[in-house]
Amino acid sequence: MADQGWFTSRSDELFGWARRWSLFQYPFATACCSMEYMSASCSHYDLDRFGAGWPRWTPRQSDVLFVVGTINHKMAPVLKTIYDQMCEPKWVIAIGVCTCTGGFYNNYAVVQGIDTIIPVDVYIPGCPPRPEAILDAVIKLHEKIQTERQSRRGGEWVKESVEG
Amino acid sequence: MAETVACLRERFPAAILETHAFRGDDTVVIGPEALRAVATFLHDDLDHGFEILMDVTAVDYLRRKPRFEVVYHFLSHRRRERLRLKVPVDGKSPVVPSLCDLWPSANWYEREVWDMYGVRFEGHPDLRRILMYDEFVGFPLRKDYRVDKRQPLVGPVN
Repeated sequence: MADQGWFTSRSDELFGWARRWSLFQYPFATACCSMEYMSASCSHYDLDRFGAGWPRWTPRQSDVLFVVGTINHKMAPVLKTIYDQMCEPKWVIAIGVCTCTGGFYNNYAVVQGIDTIIPVDVYIPGCPPRPEAILDAVIKLHEKIQTERQSRRGGEWVKESVEG
Repeated sequence: MAETVACLRERFPAAILETHAFRGDDTVVIGPEALRAVATFLHDDLDHGFEILMDVTAVDYLRRKPRFEVVYHFLSHRRRERLRLKVPVDGKSPVVPSLCDLWPSANWYEREVWDMYGVRFEGHPDLRRILMYDEFVGFPLRKDYRVDKRQPLVGPVN
């Protein structure tokens, strides 16, 4: 960010701060990892402390996609559609080893890592991961959002307006 | 129990390759060319015949000849017995006559066997894949389907 002007870097910081503290999430829960996700999002672990407490049950209003659990071949086009329906800027967290790499389901029916279909920002291994690991992933995503160029994945008009 | 097998033996002496019983359940092994006749007999002509087709599945004995075996499980409430029919078939694309018109439950079972083992059922009204998608390449439950084989639509291609 050092090569940018004062205004750009300041506005990036401001947008990053705003975006990281109001992450509307979409839980795409397909398997047992979602139990840990439920635990993380409820009052014991309280995902709301990190501004990600509100699941929007529609991809069009969501900022971050939690992919929780095994994705098989038949589910893959659904996941891709959900991702495509989300508005920019958007982020993806892969929760659990099945989502990251296919895990021990090395067979004909399971997708060997969702990054063969959609881009992933944070991977959480574990079978299933502890709720603390999910909180850690959200904190990592916070860091990423705060430090990235806010026009990163935006449309052309965002790039133009930021770069002048 | 053995009465059904005796009945079949009497009616189809040439078609029956082998019979055996395990814990009261009879198994009859017949060739694919006799399947229609035997099945029709079990369904229509046999006294208190088999009204339920419980399952159709297959086994892939990779290095044996004939390689595949299609297995039918019949149940008769009226006779209070079960019967297992095994049909050995060979070749890269084996063919067996369909039993859909006799037992409608065969429809989805046969589609599943086609999907997983690539056994074609002649006379099936709608022989499509049922569990996997149309673009799937290969038959996943065959023993020569590699465990680490990846599909072109999903990848990573290897």
